[in-house]
Amino acid sequence: MSHEDDCAIRTQNLRKVFGDKVAVRDLTLTVRQGEIFGFLGPNGAGKSTSIKMLLGLAKPTSGEAWVLGAPSGDVEIRRRIGFLPENFRFYEWLTPAELLHLHGRLSGVSASKLSERVPALIDMVGLTPHIDKRLQNFSKGMLQRIGLAQALIHEPDVIFLDEPTSGLDPLGRRMVRDIIRVQRDRGATVFLNSHILSEIEITCDQVVFIREGEVVTSRDMRAQQEEAVRVEVRARKISPECVSGLARWSASVQVDEERLTFTTESREALPDILRHLIAAGADVYQFTPQRMSLEELFMNVMGEDRGL
Amino acid sequence: MGVWIMASITFREAARKKILWTALLAGAAFLLVFGIGLHFQSGDFRNSSVPPFLRYQVVSAMLMIGLYTVDLLAVVMTTLTSVDTISGEITSGTIHAIATKPLARWQILIGKWLGFVAMAGVYVAIMFSGTIAEGFFIGGVMAQHPMRGALLVFLECIVALSVTFMFGTWFSTLTSGVITLGLLGVAFLGGWLEQMSGFTEGSRLAMVGIVSSLIMPSEAVWRRAAFEMESPLAGSLQFSPFADISIPSLAMIVYASVYLLIALAIAVYHFRERDL
Repeated sequence: MSHEDDCAIRTQNLRKVFGDKVAVRDLTLTVRQGEIFGFLGPNGAGKSTSIKMLLGLAKPTSGEAWVLGAPSGDVEIRRRIGFLPENFRFYEWLTPAELLHLHGRLSGVSASKLSERVPALIDMVGLTPHIDKRLQNFSKGMLQRIGLAQALIHEPDVIFLDEPTSGLDPLGRRMVRDIIRVQRDRGATVFLNSHILSEIEITCDQVVFIREGEVVTSRDMRAQQEEAVRVEVRARKISPECVSGLARWSASVQVDEERLTFTTESREALPDILRHLIAAGADVYQFTPQRMSLEELFMNVMGEDRGL
Repeated sequence: MGVWIMASITFREAARKKILWTALLAGAAFLLVFGIGLHFQSGDFRNSSVPPFLRYQVVSAMLMIGLYTVDLLAVVMTTLTSVDTISGEITSGTIHAIATKPLARWQILIGKWLGFVAMAGVYVAIMFSGTIAEGFFIGGVMAQHPMRGALLVFLECIVALSVTFMFGTWFSTLTSGVITLGLLGVAFLGGWLEQMSGFTEGSRLAMVGIVSSLIMPSEAVWRRAAFEMESPLAGSLQFSPFADISIPSLAMIVYASVYLLIALAIAVYHFRERDL
């Protein structure tokens, strides 16, 4: 199967069924090398199952997936893959250094290299003061930090992070953000699954929204401001025809007396919308395009009633 | 390489479990009680008119009971320490960080298995050495072929371990533990039924025992171990519960070895195929 040269991860019609429950319906996506890729969707959307299939932890019912050009689950390619599972857990009687040595050896890192990397990584994730503690005395946030370090111990080319900031305080979140950027700067690809949309918004280059195991839409975050826009209008004489006519540009129109808000996919549509409002008889006093947050975009794509 | 790393970490993990230390503590308590019992029995014999020949047989029977206790402790300890190593780590997600390393699934499973094999070996060696030494230095008796007996008990532990691993790749910790202990119970009962059949030459009862041993050959392996360790005279006199009434053949030992390999192969296959 051919694949694009700059493609780090690729799936084609990936599907996973457990009994009569479809966990992932039909996932097709591409992640370019060196990209921080956000994987978003509501609970039960199939995110974790998709990651498991990409890592070879679960076998697809049908469809195919490749990581770094190799079929998902390929043993040798895992030397170039790092993974932080959600709720990272490991033998709690180990110290952070012992855990990193173990994972480093399992990843094929030489002893001499580990003697350099282990203290550096422990320092990077802010656990040097706790270096002699056993993991059983670690908080959830500290476990996340050491879990992140084990995912990076072998300097992987692709890093899967499943909820890396859960359990972390704001300083910890910032640390994770900085580490992710450092990884991108050295050329690694980061596949990030997180519920914290503000983190995704700040960190990611590209995001996809999935629902019921299918990609609903994707966004290039570097160009997001150009693509989606939320508009707030203050006007009088807003007729029902005026509101219904906006459906051509937006599915989320809200009217509150003289205040009209809606979201549209492109700034290019704004002059046409303004012309429509005036033609429909509205007296427009204020027409304010606003940058749309990822959370608003998420709600717009998924619908208001779907929880994160 | 990956297999040995997994074996090493599993051995260390198992060695930290309370059940192992509880089993060792129980073993130490057993050795203490056994030693005191042997000491008192020997003292009582010195002041009695029981012929030396009979004294030797009685103390030999005590040694066999002691070794049977060691056997039970070793098999139960092996099962309970290993029962959650696969299913528990799948449930907790601990396995995810390991199974995404450049290791084939079989390497993970065989590495874990070897770690527990080593632990069972250490346990059997310690407990057998202690019991045999007490029998020799306090009771003045020696098992006929103690090394053969120890190796057979070790084999029995590996049979139980492999069955535990096999069920652990399918079921939850609790379920696989209950099934394995249930099978050990069937084997225990079947072994004794077969032994009892020897007194009446009841072929139907013997058949129940044989079928039980085929379902789970652990107890049959112990009865072969008892045959190897007991003196031929004591065995033929039917002096102890482990007398040579119905001795499992060497074919049964081969069967037990093949049985554990098949259980292990099924465990490897299912662990490789299943979702984690």
